[in-house]
Amino acid sequence: MSVLKVNADRFEQEVLNADKPVLVDFNATWCGPCRMLAPTLAEVAAERPDVKFVAVDIDDNEELAEEYEVFSIPCLVLFKDGMEYDRSVGLIPKDRLVELLG
Amino acid sequence: MVYDILIIGGGPAGLTAAIYARRASKTVLVLEAKACGGQIINTPDIENYPVIAHISGFDFAAQLTDQAKALGAEIRMEKALELTDGEVKAVRTAGAVYEAKAVILATGSENRKLGVAGEDQLVGRGISYCATCDGNFFRRKDVAVVGGGNTALEDALYLADLANKVYLIHRRDQFRGEETTVAALRQKENVEFVYNSNVTALRYEKRLTAVEVTNKLDGSVREIPVKGLFVAVGRVPENQAFAQLVGVDQAGYITAGENCRTNVPGIFAAGDNRVKEVRQLVTAAGDGAVAATEAIKYVNSL
Repeated sequence: MSVLKVNADRFEQEVLNADKPVLVDFNATWCGPCRMLAPTLAEVAAERPDVKFVAVDIDDNEELAEEYEVFSIPCLVLFKDGMEYDRSVGLIPKDRLVELLG
Repeated sequence: MVYDILIIGGGPAGLTAAIYARRASKTVLVLEAKACGGQIINTPDIENYPVIAHISGFDFAAQLTDQAKALGAEIRMEKALELTDGEVKAVRTAGAVYEAKAVILATGSENRKLGVAGEDQLVGRGISYCATCDGNFFRRKDVAVVGGGNTALEDALYLADLANKVYLIHRRDQFRGEETTVAALRQKENVEFVYNSNVTALRYEKRLTAVEVTNKLDGSVREIPVKGLFVAVGRVPENQAFAQLVGVDQAGYITAGENCRTNVPGIFAAGDNRVKEVRQLVTAAGDGAVAATEAIKYVNSL
């Protein structure tokens, strides 16, 4: 699976109501570490069909960033059954990302 | 194999050294612990590098990395844990030991922490070390900046235009930073100076709610409700793993001069981790060139 770009209007359907865990990558185009992290996310997304990977641009979705209290990016939030299960802030290597997914 | 030159750190200094070493046909291994490019990737706009009028830190890092790779530098994403001197130098990582004739330490520096309980778990939940990266998330909220140097002053100025209120907490009553920035801050109606004070505790549940500030002169304690605390109390060189072997000053910077030589023959230092006056992208690149040239000379002399 690849990383799916999602905006606020599809967030409930694609993330909260998903039938498997969802890793949401809150990012922005101006954020260097976010761009550094993107290839790692794509790589892990391809290896993990059991997890859905979603990217949210915080400039296009300010209200989502506020609702989920994103105060620094890149911010990875793992959702299970519509609830936040875990999160990680900042650029992380692949092994830490895999660890986050459990 | 024994590499000619092993470079620890893939930032502007280390990768520039790799370019110079490869152009001299030396075998090169670069070890990078986090991300190639180093701290420059956090900078949205670089506008003070000669010839390049404007580039993002990410693009600069990516192009520099590509250039070093295209010239044949090998780059591994591994953290150097130990360096030993001997017949050849040896660098240990979590999974391997690499040998080289010469080593260039280009490890850079990292943000100094406040050292207050809860700090680590609040990173991204109210605590930030980069106002230009994270300032936008605190629009119309109350925030504090702690520190007294240029970074703290510039952070406070930047945040004053975004946040509802900015508290600038400083342990003295005078700033080390530039007078013009202090003057600009004084013009801001929403900036409050909190002098002679240290942050002594953080209040939080899931995220930061307030900071406890203690006045050093009269011992009075004050609680300031803020959503964000921007820490700008300087940087520390990442030399801990090598400080047993090469000379460092009191602050931990490697005592190598402009020729980038350390006290150990064949080990060089380049970039922000070295004792120097100006720590900029262009001086890091300059160090990379000097350290590589010195290392090449050293390897040729063996």
